[in-house]
Formats: sequence, structure tokens, C-alpha cells
Amino acid sequence: MTAVHARTLVELAASLRAKELSSVELTRLLLARIEAAQPTLNAFISVTAERALAQAAEADRALGSGRAGPLTGLPIIHKDIFCTDGVRTSCGSRMLDNFVAPYSATVVAKLEAAGMVMLGKANMDEFAMGSSNETSWYGPVRNPWDTRLVPGGSSGGSAAAVAARLGPVATATDTGGSIRQPAALCGVTGIKPTYGRVSRYGMIAFASSLDQGGVIAVSAADAALVLRAMAGFDPRDSTSVDRPVPDYVAALEHPQVAGLTIGLLEEFFDKGLDPENAQRVQEALAIYERLGAKIRKVSLPNIRLSVPAYYVVAPAECSSNLARYDGVRFGYRCEKPRDLSDLYCRSRGEGFGAEVKRRIMTGTYVLSAGYYDAYYLKAQKVRQLIAGDFERAFKEVDVIMGPTTPTPAFELGAKTADPVTMYLNDIYTIGANLAGLPALSIPCGFAGGLPVGLQIIGPHFAEERLLAAAHAYQRETDWHRRIPQGYE
Amino acid sequence: MSKVGSSRAEPQEDALGDWETVIGLEIHAQLATRSKIFSGSATAYGAPPNTQANLVDLGYPGVLPVLNGAAVRMAVKFGLAIGAEIAERSIFARKNYFYPDLPKGYQISQYELPIVARGALDILLDDGTVKRIGITRAHLEEDAGKSLHEGLAGFTGIDLNRAGTPLIEIVSEPDMRSAKEAVAYMKKVHTLVRYLDICDGNMQEGSFRCDANVSVRRRGEHRFGTRAEIKNLNSFRFLEKAIQYEAARQIDVLESGGRVVQETRLYDPDRGETRSMRTKEEANDYRYFPDPDLLPLVLSQEFIEEVRRSLPELPDQKAARFVSQYGLSAYDAGVLTASRELAAYYEEVAGLVPGDAKLAANWVMGELAAALNRDGLDITASRLTAAQLAGLLARIRDATISGKLAKDVFEAMWSSGRDADAVIEEKGLKQITDSAAIERVIDEVMAKNPAQLADYRSGKEKLFGFFVGQVMKATQGKANPAQVNELLKKKLAAP
Repeated sequence: MTAVHARTLVELAASLRAKELSSVELTRLLLARIEAAQPTLNAFISVTAERALAQAAEADRALGSGRAGPLTGLPIIHKDIFCTDGVRTSCGSRMLDNFVAPYSATVVAKLEAAGMVMLGKANMDEFAMGSSNETSWYGPVRNPWDTRLVPGGSSGGSAAAVAARLGPVATATDTGGSIRQPAALCGVTGIKPTYGRVSRYGMIAFASSLDQGGVIAVSAADAALVLRAMAGFDPRDSTSVDRPVPDYVAALEHPQVAGLTIGLLEEFFDKGLDPENAQRVQEALAIYERLGAKIRKVSLPNIRLSVPAYYVVAPAECSSNLARYDGVRFGYRCEKPRDLSDLYCRSRGEGFGAEVKRRIMTGTYVLSAGYYDAYYLKAQKVRQLIAGDFERAFKEVDVIMGPTTPTPAFELGAKTADPVTMYLNDIYTIGANLAGLPALSIPCGFAGGLPVGLQIIGPHFAEERLLAAAHAYQRETDWHRRIPQGYE
Repeated sequence: MSKVGSSRAEPQEDALGDWETVIGLEIHAQLATRSKIFSGSATAYGAPPNTQANLVDLGYPGVLPVLNGAAVRMAVKFGLAIGAEIAERSIFARKNYFYPDLPKGYQISQYELPIVARGALDILLDDGTVKRIGITRAHLEEDAGKSLHEGLAGFTGIDLNRAGTPLIEIVSEPDMRSAKEAVAYMKKVHTLVRYLDICDGNMQEGSFRCDANVSVRRRGEHRFGTRAEIKNLNSFRFLEKAIQYEAARQIDVLESGGRVVQETRLYDPDRGETRSMRTKEEANDYRYFPDPDLLPLVLSQEFIEEVRRSLPELPDQKAARFVSQYGLSAYDAGVLTASRELAAYYEEVAGLVPGDAKLAANWVMGELAAALNRDGLDITASRLTAAQLAGLLARIRDATISGKLAKDVFEAMWSSGRDADAVIEEKGLKQITDSAAIERVIDEVMAKNPAQLADYRSGKEKLFGFFVGQVMKATQGKANPAQVNELLKKKLAAP
């Protein structure tokens, strides 16, 4: 029998219902694993043990009395970008190190109402700005496959924790690849839903038009189970879409791959792509072909512009979104400000890290009088072009597949000196954010002993299709069940 | 106008010689919604600081704005009332700047695509002509909070109750040419927003205020001069004084060979002058961009038409009706329609004294307005109901009392709140119209003043007034003056 920590969420749900395991036992076991791994991986900013055990006890009562739902008693880790009532919500920043959220994000509240047990708050790049988890005020997260390496970012804590089986599932957010890239680098499954599918209320904003909450899990089936509970219209988020949430779990019962037309994105197989990564992706496509899918090449001529467009739009929105951190009402305040200007300058200067400041300055610049048209407006036009490319492609194919990242995980410090090299890590993921499309990453093998991710992108609201395609693959393969050495 | 520290001549309207003032106004009207424009907090004025600010108003991490539909409806009402175009698609934008009472570090406003564009309002000038003032645009936005400097030694307090209160900013064309025109326009907008029930118009509380863009140029010049923007004027009087001062200041600068600097200025009502706040060079670059937290605001034609059908009779329509229905002058109709409540009061009085609409207008605009003004009361707080005033007018019409006595009766009614008949009865003010009774009094007066009678009869006709006076005195002013005249003439003539 599979060890408890190595079970998928779906398996754990069955264990709880079969009373073979209580939620409190499961929670204790995972809290112990978290404690043991924390010095090495640093995947958590806060561990909420007491609260978790109380929630687990409550869940056990519900399970005992037959009031349990499908998620009751199952543990979850929240990325520290989601506000959690009464718990510090730092967003990986010194600026919010002292910030105890007075309310819960819609996602958190929904999963809590569904009976899930929060183990703690996952480490992340500061304000979700980073691709390696090295910008966190709480120090970098390390990749459980090799602790000399980064786990990816910004949801590095979520991905590393699930990879090391410190928890079966974690919430995460994706603005330019922050779910998919760390999922790929840590060998786990991560889905970024369609923009507007999951409420952003209580999810601390980085770039509002790109940010989307999602799930990092062991399997697509696990992700489907949690996404079903967190998705849906929220009257408190004007950009959330009022559209029924399909039963993602039911959609996996008979995943149809036969007849699926898969678009192979030519532009992603460029010179920046590691040959071994390319090989793993080709192998995955071969499995789909064997299952009856048709593969055809598609082209997105403007996708090469996605990184520059993103690094105009995202910093522009961030420069405005982060203006509220001024040392006045909450968060970090400098010692003994001389006057208002000093309060602003030092609170922000000391409270934010280098990458956040770099993006605030970039964003301020591109929105400035005289530069707005040349940068912000042009980037928005490029965004339209990219969205148009995808739209045309999806007239011919059902999903687009390709690599999630150009390379497997890299060493800590390898790319911190040159921001642009770091930014290019998201070259394959940013397009889906710019176009608001759902996309996921699943493990598809190893390169040099490190996990490689297969990215699947779909048209708007095609989460069911993506999850079904991923699930079909995961029934044929066991890459997603591999656990790094030391955490088996 | 009091003048301090300046040797300039008293600025006089229409005494600017060769110069012409050019004025455009940006009026901020607080919309009378129950909750804020992007949050569910209440908007009531005067609550203890920071008791009407929730997490959204405080700009907490993770919160998001949700547009209040009532504010949208009010903005559309205003747009329709000024004959403007209502945008089927408008965009909320962020105006970015740092200030402690601006919690998010940006204000949500509308920039490139406002909800209302290209309307106009007509104002009545002193010479009786009508002038059309163009309204460039009107857009929805949220208000900021307030910084409190008093009673907090060494600190500045922040009250965010007002943060997120819905405003409509109404931007005029630079169409006004004098402080008087600017005041007439601002009053017109004030009247309109109250008619529409979209703003309480309370200027002391800041619910209705404006910024004035003022420049001067030589008469005949087509280009505009460099303007100064005078911020936050919250009374008609301040608006007038500030413009007069500013125009004179700019003329002074130009005539002494200087250049007017484009800047923001503040009006100091205590000193009666404007002061520089910041120049264009120091001005913020607001880095406007569309707010990604809010979708474009899309309005259907059905919705716009539905709002149009809900519009009340507008001030201009009402004034035109008063002219045709009651035979009033345009001026009187304008005064009586200045507020919906005043107009309703007038209409009630006029309805109760059929055929005497002009008399009703004179009394409402005369005695009643004076009494209200004296006591600092609004028409809604009048001590006399329309029916009571109409009751008094009825006694004038049926000659129970004279017009002169009616004023005394009015005062007594005003202070006691009693009806006209009760006051007349109590004071015995009922007019004497009985000819026999008047003749008896005349006889007595003639008997008491034989010398004057003789003089009169010998040709000193000027003494007629003396006899009138004596008769009125003897009747305590109650005798019908016309009858007194007529009977006296007869009696005095007959030897």
C-alpha cells in the first residue's frame, strides 16, 4: 500500500471516507514532514499547525456524522499571496511581514467552507515577481530534486511542498507562468485557469489583468477536485466571469484523446530549448498519438513578442497596484520618518526588494507622459495580436502542446545577475497569460535527473479539455507519481 | 471686497477695460447614493472618522472595486438632462499619485472615455439674454479621504470616511466671460443636480464644489491666455470673489510686463486672494491607464431610454411652463424654479388663488423670500405652509385687509405660525368697508378740526392728506383707503 504522504488527493479522500485514516492523523503526519523539511527546502513562510489541527478535528466530526463533502478533511497549502483571516499574509515581502490579513480571500474561504485543512502559507517570490523564488524576503525555496537548484517561481513554495509531499495540494497564482514553471521544475501538475474563472478577491495583486489563481497538485485528477471548489463567479471581483463551473472531476471519467487535434507550437521549439527537454516533449506527444490524437503544427507568429509585451504590461500594473504600500495604514513603516516624503521613500525603499523596485520603476516609466503610447499602448496592441494568433490557432486545433520551460531547474544564483535571462524562463508560459487562456503543466519525464514539464494550452474555459488530456496521459505514465529522493 | 496687502484697484466686473476674462469650471458633485462607488460602505456625512471605511476603501491588500449601479444611473440622468451623449462604452482609469488620504495610491476616475460627453446648459444673463455654456464631459470618479490637521499636535490625521464617495465631475468649455456668468452657470448646475435628485447640493459639507480655470486676454484676441486653476471653491460667493481677484491679478502681471504662469492656486476666503499651490512643472504626472480591476462600463440603449423616461420636469422646462401657464416674466419664472421645492410651493399657492398667479409670485419672491432669508431657512423649512400664504392672499383679494396691512398680518403669521384669519380676527385688523361707519369717523374728524376744515375749504387743498391721515389714525389704519378718499372728497367739498 502507498505510504500516506505519497497518496494523491483523490486517494487520500478515499482513505478519509473509508475511516482508514483520520484528518487529524493525516494533518499531524504532514505537519511533521513540513517541520523536518523546512530547514532544507524553506517552502513555507508560515505553518499554521494549531489552526490546521482544529480544522482537522472539525473535519473528522463532519466525516463521522456523514456531513462531509468531497474535500472535507483534506489538507491544503495556500500560497502566501492569498489573504487568510487572522494569519500573516506576507506575499513574500518584508513590506507585509507584519500584515495579518483581516479577511480571507474568496478562494481560501471557499476551500475552507468545503472542509479543507490549511497547513500553512507557502513561500513565494516577493509579490509574485520572480521565476526562481529567490526574490522572497524569507529566503529562497530549494528544489527537492536537488537542493542546489531553484524550484522555479513565483509559486516555488507551493510546487516544492507538493513535490516533496509535504502536502497533497497547494493553491498558487500565475501571472506569467508562476504556476506552470515551478510545477515543471519540481515535477508536479499545475493548472492556471482561464482569466476570470477563479476569483481574485483577496489574492494580493501583482498585475491585475494577468493574475489568475490556480492549483498545484500531484495529478490532474487532484487538481480537478480542488479547482471545482475554487472556481466560479464572485460578485466581489468584477473581472470574474459569471458562467457555471463544469464538473471537472466528472469530465475525467472518460477522457477522450482519440480524435483530439493537438497543435504543436513551432515557435516553442527554438534554439533556446534544451534538446533533452525537447526530446521529452516529443515523447509525450508520441503517447498522445498512440492514444489516437492527431498532431499538427501550428504557428503563433507574434508569440516571440510576448516577453517584451509582458514586461511592459505587468510592471505598469504592478507600479500602480503596489502604490498602496506606503507605510501609512498597514505593512512596513520605516523608523522615525522625518516627513511625509521620507516616510514614503524609506518605507518603500526598505520594505520592497530589488526585483519589485525594478518592476515598479519600469512600470512607472512606461506609463509616464510621453512614453505611454510607445510602451504601454503598444504592448496592449501586441497583446491583442497574440490573443488573435491563439484564436486563429484554436480554429484548427483543440489544444496546443509544447514545453513549459526551456530548461530544467537551474542553480540558485545562476540567473539573478541578469534579469533578462531570468525573464526568458517564462518565454513559453507568458502567452497564455497575455491571452487569458487556461494552461497547465504536467511532468513528462526527466532530463539529467530533473523533471521536465509538458505544457497544454486551451481556448477560453477549456479547463475540462485540458484536465482530461492531462489525466489521459497520467493514466499511461507515472512521471507524476515520482517523488524526489529523501521524500519518498 | 476686502483687500489686504495690495495696492491694486478694486476689481470691478465689466471694468476690466481692454481685458476679457475667460473661465471654465470643473464642478464636483457628490452623488446621493447610499453606498460608495466601489464598496458597500455608507456615505452619510459627519460620522466619526474612519467609521465608514471598509477594507476596500482602506485599499487593503487583495481587495477589489465593484461598481455601484446607482451611481451610474445618476450620471446618466445628468447626461440626459444636459442633452449630452451617453457613452455606450466608457472606461474607468487609474489616476496615480501618492497622498496619505488616497489609500490605494491611485484614484479611480474616467479619463479617455467618460460616461457623458458634449452637453450644454443655458444661463440667463443680467441683460435678459440667454447664453449657452458647453459641457465638454462629465465623468464618474471616487473621492479621496480627508487630512485633519487640527487638534492633533505634531500629527496629521486621516479620515477615510469620504474615500470612495461617488462623484461626478462636470467639465465645462471655457465659455464664461465674467465671474457673474460663472456663478450663474454653477448655480444652474446646482439647481439641476438637485432637481434630478442626484446630489444634495450641500456646499458647506463639500457635496458640491468646483475648480475654476481662469485666464485673461485682450478683447478681440482669439487665443486663450495662460490659465491658473483655482481649486476647491465651495460657495458661489467664493467663486465670484476668487475669479475677480484672479483676473485682476493676471491683468496686473501682464500689464507690468510679466507672464502668467500655468499653476494651481488656492483661494483664501479670509484674505480674499488666491495663492500659488504648485506650478505646472511641479505638477504630478498621473500616469493614467485603464483600471484592470474594472471591465469597460457598457450601457444598453434600453437602459438609457429607461433612465430618460424617469427624468423629472427639468428647471428650464418648468420655467417655460411658468411663463406660459402663469403669465410670469422669464426672470420671475427663473427665480421661482431655482429649486424644485420652491417651485412646488409656488405652484401650490398659485393653485389656491386662481387668477392671481402674479400676486402669488410677488408674495413668494417678496415677503416670503425675505422672511426665509432673514431666518436662514430653506423653503422646505418655511414657517408658513403654501395653504397659509394662500389664505392671506385670499383676504387681500376679497378686500378684508389692505395690501399694506397684509404685510403686518404676514409678520404676525410668520412669528406665530397661525392662519391669516386668526391673526386678522385677533388683532381686529379687518378692513372697514362700511361707508356709513367711515362717514361717521369723517364727521368726527371734521368736527374736531374746524380750523383745518376752514382752510381747506378756502382753497388749501394740500390739507386733504391731513384729513386722510386723521381718518386712518382714528380707524387704526383699517378703513378702506379708496373709500376714505372718495367719501372725504365728497364731505370736505360739501359746505
